[in-house]
Amino acid sequence: MTGTEKRDQGRSGYLIGLKWLIAAIAVGSSWSVLADWSALNMTQGVTEISREVYDLHMLIFGICVLIGVIVFGIMIWSMLVHRKSLGHEPATFSHSTKLEYAWTIIPIFILIGMAVPATSTLRDMYDSSNADIDIEVRGYQWKWQYTYLNDDPAQEVKFMSSLLTPPDEFYNRAPKREHYLTDVDNPLVIPINKRVRFLITSNDVIHSWWVPDFAVKKDAIPGFVHESWAVVEEPGIYRGKCTELCGKDHGFMPIVVKAVEQDEYENWLAMKQQEAKDVYETVGKTWSMAELMETGETVYAQHCQTCHQANGQGIPPAFPSLVGQGMAIGDLDAHVDIVVNGKAGSAMQAFAAQLNPAEIAAVVTYERNAWGNDVGDLVQPREVNALIVAKE
Amino acid sequence: MSAVIENHHDDHHHGPDKGLMRWVLTTNHKDIGTLYLWFSFAMFLVGGCMALVIRAELFQPGLQLVVPEFFNQMTTMHGLIMVFGAVMPAFVGLANWLVPMMIGAPDMALPRMNNYSFWILPFAFGMLLSTLFMEGGAPNFGWTFYAPLSTEYAPPSVTFFIFAVHLMGISSIMGSINVVVTILNLRAPGMRLMDMPLFVWTWLITAYLLIAVMPVLAGVVTMMLMDIHFGTAFFNAGGGGDPVLFQHVFWFFGHPEVYIMILPAFGVVSAIIPTFARKKLFGYDSMVYATASIAFLSFIVWAHHMFTVGMPIAGELYFMYATMLIAVPTGVKVFNWVATMWQGSMTFETPMLFAIAFVILFTIGGLSGLMLAIVPADFQYHDTYFVVAHFHYVLVPGSIFSIMAAAYYWLPKWTGNMYDETLGKTHFWLSFVGVNVTFFPQHFIGLAGMPRRYPDYALQFADWNMVSSVGAFIFGFSQLLFLFIVIKCVMGGKKATDEVWDGAEGLEWTIASPAPYHTFSTPPALPERATA
Amino acid sequence: MAADQNVQSKMTLKLLGVVVGMFVFGFALVPLYDIYCQVTGANGKTSGPYIAGAPLEVDKDRWVTVQFLANNNANMPWEFRPTVRTMKVQPGQAYSTVFFASNPSRQTMMAQAIPSVAPFHAAEYFHKTECFCFEQQELARGERIEMPLKFIIDPHLPASVETLTLSYTLFDITQVAASAATEIPVS
Repeated sequence: MTGTEKRDQGRSGYLIGLKWLIAAIAVGSSWSVLADWSALNMTQGVTEISREVYDLHMLIFGICVLIGVIVFGIMIWSMLVHRKSLGHEPATFSHSTKLEYAWTIIPIFILIGMAVPATSTLRDMYDSSNADIDIEVRGYQWKWQYTYLNDDPAQEVKFMSSLLTPPDEFYNRAPKREHYLTDVDNPLVIPINKRVRFLITSNDVIHSWWVPDFAVKKDAIPGFVHESWAVVEEPGIYRGKCTELCGKDHGFMPIVVKAVEQDEYENWLAMKQQEAKDVYETVGKTWSMAELMETGETVYAQHCQTCHQANGQGIPPAFPSLVGQGMAIGDLDAHVDIVVNGKAGSAMQAFAAQLNPAEIAAVVTYERNAWGNDVGDLVQPREVNALIVAKE
Repeated sequence: MSAVIENHHDDHHHGPDKGLMRWVLTTNHKDIGTLYLWFSFAMFLVGGCMALVIRAELFQPGLQLVVPEFFNQMTTMHGLIMVFGAVMPAFVGLANWLVPMMIGAPDMALPRMNNYSFWILPFAFGMLLSTLFMEGGAPNFGWTFYAPLSTEYAPPSVTFFIFAVHLMGISSIMGSINVVVTILNLRAPGMRLMDMPLFVWTWLITAYLLIAVMPVLAGVVTMMLMDIHFGTAFFNAGGGGDPVLFQHVFWFFGHPEVYIMILPAFGVVSAIIPTFARKKLFGYDSMVYATASIAFLSFIVWAHHMFTVGMPIAGELYFMYATMLIAVPTGVKVFNWVATMWQGSMTFETPMLFAIAFVILFTIGGLSGLMLAIVPADFQYHDTYFVVAHFHYVLVPGSIFSIMAAAYYWLPKWTGNMYDETLGKTHFWLSFVGVNVTFFPQHFIGLAGMPRRYPDYALQFADWNMVSSVGAFIFGFSQLLFLFIVIKCVMGGKKATDEVWDGAEGLEWTIASPAPYHTFSTPPALPERATA
Repeated sequence: MAADQNVQSKMTLKLLGVVVGMFVFGFALVPLYDIYCQVTGANGKTSGPYIAGAPLEVDKDRWVTVQFLANNNANMPWEFRPTVRTMKVQPGQAYSTVFFASNPSRQTMMAQAIPSVAPFHAAEYFHKTECFCFEQQELARGERIEMPLKFIIDPHLPASVETLTLSYTLFDITQVAASAATEIPVS
């Protein structure tokens, strides 16, 4: 295209100016970010493994930059010097077996140099020795559930950890606060300097549990369990993300891990275990018919008798009879529902506000089996709890 | 070839039929090449609009424009349209136009099948795009459609998605068989395999890859269809299946697929750089062997897309080593291009600008790919914007730039007119700056911890996301300039010579510009310069 | 010309053959993957019922901690839990434990328990002589059941494994079992 070179020179001023203008806009808009290193690079993290990973990353990155600088340097030099416009005549060589060998073999050695530390770090990560704490991490659409494994089911601490940021913030109706999209209601609490083993699985689709500061990332696969582990060396709050597309709120199920000193952890755990025990006593435990009837009779006497009478016959029509008719011998779900949620426009209150799930389960069971009703079925507190939770 | 002369008696007409039916019924490789190229350009603009929806939403934290459900549809469809609708058909279009001319053949070996191969695509993509208007919306499970999100939790449109994939696969497979049969049988007498231009070699190898792996993609979507509608449990753990099996089978296709999207680019660049350096391609034999090695290796590295899925350490190490190995033949190619430039006599017309930008920016993408191969580090990169940056570098300033380079390089041959050089260079610089401003910051936000496929993000990622979005709009709107340049060139311009470019070698430069409707009806005598 | 066309047709047919072959290969990957996983325990899947060849020698110097996890998948409403959370076992020795399940819903349901072992490579050393996961479980409304698990850990379990976790996920297969009415293969 020798013919257009003169025309090119005329236009080249305009093109050069355009190039620089665009580049200036690009650089200018990004200048503000250069000041903050954490916006540019991987974290070093707070475990020995995470630091090994960071070092490996910087090593590989450094080698890649070096290769780039050398290769691009040669190219740019060539573009500046080996040009027709400077009168440079083209050489005629078009092959060199020696060069081909050289630039095949030298890269192989560079790759080996990278593979050795990578292999060593990976072997450090694959470690199935005994852990101090085992935590099951279960991905849900769209939140995480953590279970601190314990031999005693009554003391097993299990809770959901969901995004704390309210929709008002992401729909731009309220200002975004500091930990926008990275805060949860119930963080995972672990002690420092102890080996924590994570058993990762999923309830529905594939999720992935990632905490950059620990260099732990493992896919959560339904029906399968994976293990990973970390020994956190510094107390602090570490925030992670779900890293496998899992549906609409994939971006809205963050992870927060709070690493604390051993005594603080023990206090927290003890408090949580007591809570778990309390809930278990009422909700988690499986009640027998006899237990339900006994408690139910007491609850009925304290909360229901005033309207439905001690003999269950009520004062119709305002206070229906529970004997041999209606929901008390019929649809169990509707029966539980009316006690939990009440009936609008009537005197029947929503007793979920006043009674705990065990009391509700007991009184419903009592009503279905007392006064000759003898329906024979019973309701467990956890079923009532599930109903209450589902409505929340 | 009797198949070519069949129904139109073109030795009596002076060129092709008039009217729309010409395009519907054509079996001419030049027409079909043109159809593929315009189709791919249209899909590129559609997919590009989806990218702009994504980048507009990500311009600031918060959900301003779209809800997360729709955002997931955009990311999914953007990927599917670009991979299967823009990049692949564009390369097939280039193959159709160029391969017969480069080997001195009158047309493709199977011209009618060629027509079918093209016309399936508008149907397939019409079906795919129509899912945007279906109840439940378009596919929203990522272009990689992992189970069980894409099986048990998919919208109803998933079935149409599966059929669209089957159709695209049939088109690709037929097209590839055509390419292989053409190259192996229709070369001008005296043209040995090692005499062919590198672009023909890269397409021969790409066609073999397509024939081998598109059926596996067909298999995996069929298994999906069976899981969804026929009660099987290939990927359902409850039925004894394994969601990870999906990933293995998908990526067994998926990894060769990404090489399918880059090998023809290598061929294009290997045609352009020697022309503008006025120097033969350095290390032709080596380039052929390197391409073949890359293709072979591409079959045995698939699980590097799955390092966090919980494979045993032996598996992770094997895939790490094998993946790192691909850097060797790829590096060889890059060095050979540089050696072609070295001591040449270079001029920097638009095709050369795109080709050089390809070499530099593809290499950056390749180097980030090498970083991703390192398993312990990959645990921090996987499913973050670092991966998004990597594959966009190899696909956009990689594959797409090579397609643009090819368009500028061969448009004068196709149309008989030179494109406007100043506008071409403007398009180049806008694209070059746009692409880097869009994708370079994505390395940073990935390393800083932003996952991919997120419609919204924490505040520390805001600045770079804004920069990236600005770049995306610059790049996106520059492509309208490209559209203008192409149309302007088709409609007129300075007349091109047969040779077009000083220093161009190859049989296509020995015929007139524009290339006559039928070329090489009798095989050419091979001049010295036809051998690469 | 005719000879050329013949060559082309043959080549086209051969390539079509490759296409069909690769399609079949894609499906063949399914059993191949299964076999590979069974042999290497690569995805943590344990095998079917274990029938001991020669009796295994008990490793009296080694203790392995076995943890049991039990979870429901998706909306499965059953109560499902191990009676014992952890056991300290010696490889080569036979042990047994029991899992509870109950169906608190209003209708009869069918469930399938799917086991998974972590770390994955320990799976091939975890032999189950009796397991409720070998069959589908049907429970009527309100019914409760105790499900046994009898296992032996192979003495060849790599020394690096000190803790092994066996997780069961309970899937609701009521619909699937009703429509398919066929055996669902469990490995």
